[in-house]
Amino acid sequence: MKAKAIVFVIFVAFIIYAAVKIHPFGDVKKSNMDDYIIMHSQNETAANNVVTSVVFDYRGYDTLGEATVLFTAIAGSLITLRREKNE
Amino acid sequence: MNDGRMSIIVRTIATMIFPFVVIFSFYVIMHGHLTPGGGFQGGAIAASAVVMMIAAYGHKMMEGRISEDGLSMAESIGAAIFAVVAFIGVIMAASFMYNFLVGTPLFGEIPPFGGNAGILNSGGILPILNIAVGLKVIAGLAAVVMIMAMAGDKK
Repeated sequence: MKAKAIVFVIFVAFIIYAAVKIHPFGDVKKSNMDDYIIMHSQNETAANNVVTSVVFDYRGYDTLGEATVLFTAIAGSLITLRREKNE
Repeated sequence: MNDGRMSIIVRTIATMIFPFVVIFSFYVIMHGHLTPGGGFQGGAIAASAVVMMIAAYGHKMMEGRISEDGLSMAESIGAAIFAVVAFIGVIMAASFMYNFLVGTPLFGEIPPFGGNAGILNSGGILPILNIAVGLKVIAGLAAVVMIMAMAGDKK
């Protein structure tokens, strides 16, 4: 019980430390890629929504992996929970 | 609770709301390249409409209207469209998932720089991929919900 309390206190102290030390919002150390995407995404992908153009175009490979994860999860649940047709 | 159905009030309201939820989901999918949202989010909205109908009417009534094989097939078609469009980029241009439709009449109109209301006929391959992912998520989540609702009454 005592060990748990000590671990809890250390964890909370770490969370507070991390919250204090986090770098301020909007203050980016290196903004080369942000600037490139903001300046060029409308010309290169012809889309207004920059987030979608990153998700489906610049990082499209990640989205393909995400779709594969979804496909695998659904295939697994269909195989596991399927009812037999002929009973 | 007879047969897993809820009361007549819940069923009536669910029937009234259902088309609007589905239309909103199609709007989110179609405008994925203009407004916040996209294929995943819109598909989740449509799947939640199916969940609402299952909760209101019970899965036995929905079983006759939605076939698992059809949903499974729609999900596979969505995944296939996604992969095919991604690989056309290799053939038409240099790289995997290259946006080869920019500048063409089909979804190729380039919007003016900066904030604007948006042109629906823009985005290159993004609308096609959004529709493919939306089809996949609608069918996939609806199939999972249906199969989980039906798994309970296995004797």
